Amino acid sequence: MYKIVTKKVLNPYVTLMEIEAPAVARKANPGQFVILRVDESGERIPLTVADYDAVRGTVTVIFQIVGSTTEKLNHKNEGEYISDFVGPLGKATQTSGKKKVAVVGGGVGSAIAYPVAKKFFEQGTEVHAIIGFRTKDLVILEDEFKAHSSRFVLMSDDGSVGKKGLVTDALRELIESGEQYDEVITIGPLIMMKFVCALTKEYGIKTVASMNPIMIDGTGMCGGCRLTVGGEVKFACVDGPEFDGHLIDFDEAMARSSMYKTFERTRHEESCNLFNMEAK
Amino acid sequence: MANMSPQKNEMPTQAPLVRKNNFAEVALGYTEEQAIDEAKRCLNCKHRPCTAGCPVSVNIPEFIAEVAKGDFEAAYRIISATNSLPAVCGRVCPQENQCEGRCVRGIKGEPVAIGRLERFVADWHNANAEKSVQKPQSNGHKVAVVGSGPSGLACAGDLAKKGYDVTVFEALHTPGGVLVYGIPEFRLPKTIVAKEIDSLKSMGVTIAANTVVGRTVSVDELMSDEGFEAVFIGSGAGLPRFMNIPGENLKGVYSANEYLTRVNLMKAYLPDSQTPIYKAKKVAVVGGGNVAMDAARSALRLGAEEVYIVYRRSMEELPARAEEVEHAKEEGVIFRLLTNPIEINPDENGFVKSMTCVEMELGEPDASGRRKPVVKENSEFELECDCVIMSIGTSPNPLIKSTTAGLETHKWGGIIVEEQTGKTSKDGVYAGGDAVTGAATVILAMGAGKAAAKAIDEYLTQK
Repeated sequence: MYKIVTKKVLNPYVTLMEIEAPAVARKANPGQFVILRVDESGERIPLTVADYDAVRGTVTVIFQIVGSTTEKLNHKNEGEYISDFVGPLGKATQTSGKKKVAVVGGGVGSAIAYPVAKKFFEQGTEVHAIIGFRTKDLVILEDEFKAHSSRFVLMSDDGSVGKKGLVTDALRELIESGEQYDEVITIGPLIMMKFVCALTKEYGIKTVASMNPIMIDGTGMCGGCRLTVGGEVKFACVDGPEFDGHLIDFDEAMARSSMYKTFERTRHEESCNLFNMEAK
Repeated sequence: MANMSPQKNEMPTQAPLVRKNNFAEVALGYTEEQAIDEAKRCLNCKHRPCTAGCPVSVNIPEFIAEVAKGDFEAAYRIISATNSLPAVCGRVCPQENQCEGRCVRGIKGEPVAIGRLERFVADWHNANAEKSVQKPQSNGHKVAVVGSGPSGLACAGDLAKKGYDVTVFEALHTPGGVLVYGIPEFRLPKTIVAKEIDSLKSMGVTIAANTVVGRTVSVDELMSDEGFEAVFIGSGAGLPRFMNIPGENLKGVYSANEYLTRVNLMKAYLPDSQTPIYKAKKVAVVGGGNVAMDAARSALRLGAEEVYIVYRRSMEELPARAEEVEHAKEEGVIFRLLTNPIEINPDENGFVKSMTCVEMELGEPDASGRRKPVVKENSEFELECDCVIMSIGTSPNPLIKSTTAGLETHKWGGIIVEEQTGKTSKDGVYAGGDAVTGAATVILAMGAGKAAAKAIDEYLTQK
């Protein structure tokens, strides 16, 4: 059993939890993920590591409430326990040897982009963080990003906060203004990463995208997380989760991620009390 | 007087048309009378070839003699002296190639039903015997076992009996390895696996779940920081293979590992499971091994109307156990032999719609000694299906190799060991099971685990 040490509601759809897991905390690095189960009958879900503290023995995850499992997790409170928490899985982000990078995050993906930005920043790399949200209420980790970047651009779809527009607009502007990046790291919705990668390809800037496909075991055993990278089948859990963004088949990844949409919707409706009340 | 019936006592089973709709165990087990009657078929012959056929050297004639006398607990003691998972082996061993394959009674008629008797004895013990497992006196030495599948459990069991302080590290949330994620409930009920693991725990074995060796902790750290004097690696075969044909990443294409893990480990067949599985109408399972049979029969039980086994060779080369093939046929699985897929085709939503296949014929024998399947010209056809399960084998997981300095592996990824002892190129590190051999059987893995336990004991005693 793994204790929830801290719980913070970041916005109505996104929650932060700091979980006590000393063995995982000791080894965790930015870019890696964990798999957790809320309770004995729960499903295994992968969540990327948002932060870690080897001294406190804790790992922080930030999740968006999208289905029944994240819904159940969100119902847990500080001091309560979840049944399983395993990791760190996948390969860590390669942060060494880069002078200047752009970290491009979108939505809850920003939570995963944050530790990457932080690690780069702390080792002396110049970090430009471009973070986008749909609207003002959904903004998370603004202060954290500001503290760990030399340049911070906040974007929103509706212009209610930061600049109105997409993260790709901001990235293009920076590149056009003469900023030269050794690498762009992008983490967020598949569609956003697809367009970030298309943009950087135009300019020939190496780009790494962090993939978060459907997974079960997280150790390479099931192959459910497979994706096509440069024409080859790769397993996100052991070969990734980060890949060369210019080689990823994003359309296939988007199709695969929708495999259980109907199932998820039904389960969500079953587990959501509001929905049950309406149905009665 | 021996029972000279040329046939085995038949094993009662659930009727095919009933069982194809449920996940309860297919075979129901002998009654006491049936077991005693079957035991009397053993001639107790002098040179006991059956015992030589058993990878874990169960003293077969002696345990059968006790069954014939009706002393089932005595029979259990004889089996469990060398086999730490008798209820499992009685169910999943390929006895026809091992003990029973060498039985003298098999020369004229059917061999003694050794597997069914082993199962009976283990089940009888689990149902009737008082729990009196004694925790052996500790010898103060710590050994780590990586992976809680058959090889790891066998190794842990034997070491614990000798007084070692054994910790088994498991990556998943539940111990058992392939016994829980791979082999379905209807062939090996999970309560039986849990019981076998409980009895290991009561001997003092610690199970550390949710620990991925190579990530959470490395083999080197286990030895340098955590005080383990020896490590046994039984991490299994790992990564599923695909055919690399177009359409393999469509929605509705699974590896057998994923399909079975969803069903078995995550219990996707239960209505309240949180883990989704695609409930298909027509399922094509590609491959002909036991895993393919398990996937096909699981698909039937999940409500598929038609389930095909698509295999590129003929029935003769089909690697699955005869009994599994028989059960699959009885339940209505359709065998499309000498058939090979070349492409999987999508519907307008990106789900599987059909599989383009070619017919094959058998040519000259290949490296494996089996006749090589060759494509028949102009034989292309479309097989309608909405789900494809690839069951064409696995390759070793590179995680431990890539994180353990000085551990040598073959080019294909298997860990290199001394065959008799499981000793690897790294001092104090042993390995066995599928991580060494590539995909094989439960009992061979157990045999390797036992051999390594013996070698580890000798190594630590001499140290």
